[in-house]
Amino acid sequence: MTARAPIDAPIDALDRAIIAATQAGLPLVARPYDAIAEIVGTTGAVVRTRLKRMLHAGIIRRIGAVPNHYALGLTHNGMTVWDVVDDQAHELGTKVGALAFVSHCYLRPRHPPLWPYNLFAMVHGKSRGEMDDKVARIADILGGAVRGHAVLGSTRILKKTGLRIAA
Amino acid sequence: MNPVHLDATDRAIVNALQGGFALSDEPFGEAAASLGIGEDTLRQRLGRLLEVGVLSRFGPMFNAEALGGAVTLAAMAVPDERFDEVAEIVNARREVAHNYARDHALNMWFVIATDDRADIARVIAAIEADTGLAVYDFPKQEEFFIGFRVEA
Repeated sequence: MTARAPIDAPIDALDRAIIAATQAGLPLVARPYDAIAEIVGTTGAVVRTRLKRMLHAGIIRRIGAVPNHYALGLTHNGMTVWDVVDDQAHELGTKVGALAFVSHCYLRPRHPPLWPYNLFAMVHGKSRGEMDDKVARIADILGGAVRGHAVLGSTRILKKTGLRIAA
Repeated sequence: MNPVHLDATDRAIVNALQGGFALSDEPFGEAAASLGIGEDTLRQRLGRLLEVGVLSRFGPMFNAEALGGAVTLAAMAVPDERFDEVAEIVNARREVAHNYARDHALNMWFVIATDDRADIARVIAAIEADTGLAVYDFPKQEEFFIGFRVEA
């Protein structure tokens, strides 16, 4: 699977109401979509149809459990950045993004000479050694297409607030 | 945060339910059946995993940009002696969602999220004016599909 297509799927007031009602999570009841339907004033079937459409359009990335890395012992993270030759960047980025330990993977602009890197992959692990192994696996995948790389550990969290969606 | 003790059932739940939750009448029943546990047990376990913070949420993960919002990653090279002062200026802006100190000449990395694209440039210009330092903008050019799964 490649990058998602640009999204051209306008959402309406009912979609926004469903987003607002599910943003904090689904109710842990036997029929959660019926419970959402009651809040927004429709039927469970309509809620499911709307969610399915938003999932297919990429407005919803996935539905399920969102783990807290730190609580699961994934205390080490590194922003790994790579200078990958442009004509292979799409193909190689696709492979790196598919790795189970990469949580974000993007192509971004270079700012030479300070910043020669175009492929960004966020890597998580339980120890420094585990991080090094994961970086080595990415290096293997990228092979000769890489001209240089760096791993930027986070030395301090200065601010962390959730991205809230204005729905 | 200290790692929380999880038993085999908790681990199976965390590992199995990081996506693909059914859009059906009784999705917890379906998920519980595939895990070989009772529907009530699954809902109770999920409640506890949320309560102790092993899970930060359970539900749809929305893509803010697909909803018309704009997001970028930005970085600055901040002199050590000004680091705390600059962090305070950057963090004070409500459009700055996350900010991390990282070990590189570009030593401050933050995410700017706004309701529309034009506001990103305004926020960057304002931070440059307030700090006297350059802000490097790293808007995403391509986002790759992510196979990320945390193993509990």
